[in-house]
Amino acid sequence: MKVITANRLLNGDVVWLGAGKTWVERITLAEVFDGTDAVADALAVGAAAEKNQEVVGVYEMDVAVEDGVIVPVRLRERIRAAGPTTHPNLGKQAQAVSA
Amino acid sequence: MYRYDEFDASFVNQRTEQFKDQVRRRLAGELSEDEFKPLRLMNGLYLQLHAYMLRVAIPYGTLNGRQMRKLAHIARTYDKGYGHFTTRQNIQFNWPKLEDTPKILEELAEVEMHAIQTSGNCIRNVTADHFAGAAADEIADPRPYAEILRQWSSLHPEFSFLPRKFKIAITGAPNDRAAVQVHDIGLQLTRNEAGEIGFEVFVGGGLGRTPMIGRKVRDFLPEEDLLAYSEAILRVYNRYGRRDNKYKARIKILVHETGLEELKADIEAEFEKIRFGVLRLPDEEVRRIEAYFAPPPLEVRAETSAAVDARRESDAAFAQFVAHNLNPHRVPGYTSVTLSMKPIGGIPGDASDAQMDVIADLAEKFGHDEIRISHEQNVILPHVKLEDLPALFDELVAAEIAEGNAGLITDIIACPGMDFCALATARSIPVAQRISERFGTPERQAEIGELKIKISGCINACGHHHVGHIGILGLEKKGEEFYQITLGGSANENASIGKIAGRGFSSEKVVDAIETLVDTYLGLREAKEETFLEAYRRVGEEPFKEALYGVA
Repeated sequence: MKVITANRLLNGDVVWLGAGKTWVERITLAEVFDGTDAVADALAVGAAAEKNQEVVGVYEMDVAVEDGVIVPVRLRERIRAAGPTTHPNLGKQAQAVSA
Repeated sequence: MYRYDEFDASFVNQRTEQFKDQVRRRLAGELSEDEFKPLRLMNGLYLQLHAYMLRVAIPYGTLNGRQMRKLAHIARTYDKGYGHFTTRQNIQFNWPKLEDTPKILEELAEVEMHAIQTSGNCIRNVTADHFAGAAADEIADPRPYAEILRQWSSLHPEFSFLPRKFKIAITGAPNDRAAVQVHDIGLQLTRNEAGEIGFEVFVGGGLGRTPMIGRKVRDFLPEEDLLAYSEAILRVYNRYGRRDNKYKARIKILVHETGLEELKADIEAEFEKIRFGVLRLPDEEVRRIEAYFAPPPLEVRAETSAAVDARRESDAAFAQFVAHNLNPHRVPGYTSVTLSMKPIGGIPGDASDAQMDVIADLAEKFGHDEIRISHEQNVILPHVKLEDLPALFDELVAAEIAEGNAGLITDIIACPGMDFCALATARSIPVAQRISERFGTPERQAEIGELKIKISGCINACGHHHVGHIGILGLEKKGEEFYQITLGGSANENASIGKIAGRGFSSEKVVDAIETLVDTYLGLREAKEETFLEAYRRVGEEPFKEALYGVA
């Protein structure tokens, strides 16, 4: 299982490809893609968004779904989805508290 | 310190204008990311794990209060209220927006700062001893030469597309605090028998995935030949350095593959062609640049201060600070003070906007408006009156930058690691924090004495782990963080690359492993004066390996 991720061009924020070809700020809202074709199609959406100056650095990453929640497989991506472990007041994890 | 002339000012302003237009074209879709990336990197703007990162140059680690206050302002206005001092004496902001960066560069230019030569395959900012111009053991201030190299290398048309990045470090003292032997070019100021200034020249040092100590190519390079000889080295590197493999493109690989003697001959042959040309340094030009770095007027004062002695008696924290955070000054009655950016359990090198403002104020109040950033990620006030120490210390305590741990086990170098860096394979900062907490009591740190721990979160070695007395390299193994320990590295004038102790440790076990090493050292040292490194060099790795892994 994979999700597609990137950074917004303008402000650098980490985003994931969500439903309806929109880029979402929370990995929990990302769309999960299964199978080579689905992932390739999703990456093509990403490439188009990159060409459109919406995002940069599009790539796919492995996820698991645990109790209905999308969780990145690699620690790197878990940190990227939450924010620096050394600054719990910064990054997505900080926004999550106030949201 | 150095002041921009008209050329410097217009050069930096032009770059800012160019970048502003490049960002505009990127956002308008006129430039693709592939086209834009090398342009943004030439202006210090990276895309990291969470966001963009802007690396601002602090050439040879020297700045003043006004500049530090501007960095605080940028942290507060465009970032998330802090900055991070790096192992190349620069500062990084971790959360700038692309759309804000032209404005940030404009603001930097107002105080003669920029982000040029902080990235890309060019000659990077020259680094220097952080006690330059103040240290008692100094032959001469290395910064005028660093500035001359800066003027030569900025936008050097021939060297803007080198095989790979190129780093130069210079020290003016026989005690090397600038790690010159692990740079592409390392320069050690020296005097010949006639008393003239020149340089010992090392080439091909470096860390990363292939760590090497630089090889000496000149015992004495006359001052006037500095630029011509540097140009000769760069020409040889630019011509023969490998471009087929990024990981073999640094000059250290060229030195290794070509052989020192042949490469030296190439450099000397190139040098002979150009040594009497335009790059020959006129004496009056060196003296002109030197004048910019003229020390503040310091009158000789008493070598001891009753106020300091009294406070030391009554205040253990102050005594600890005075014992470790002062470096002997060439003028009696003065000292160079290290402000520790390594609070116990804190993040090495981080400074809040408020702390940066305090540092600026204190530099103006107590330090003749001079500030240095060290490659060890600390801040230095180079010229402080001894008798001002108690008052300075009180203000440092209030700002939480008063830890008396310079050079001790908690004065750890750590790269940003996987908490920030897109290249990292493991986290560095949390390991540094846990070590700091484990050993953080004043008594224990003081008992252990000088011990340099350096941590990198990947093989690129930004945290200088190869030259740590104890080095820690974070890797990924089966999806888990995993830490390899090296022993016996050093970055001073007796530089050495640490040896891998054995199999690595999990994140949970690595701090215990460090404690085992420290306890082993404490058990076998001949006296308190014998440092960890000295003891290691005396007894070798066996007792330490045995303590870590048991008898083979």
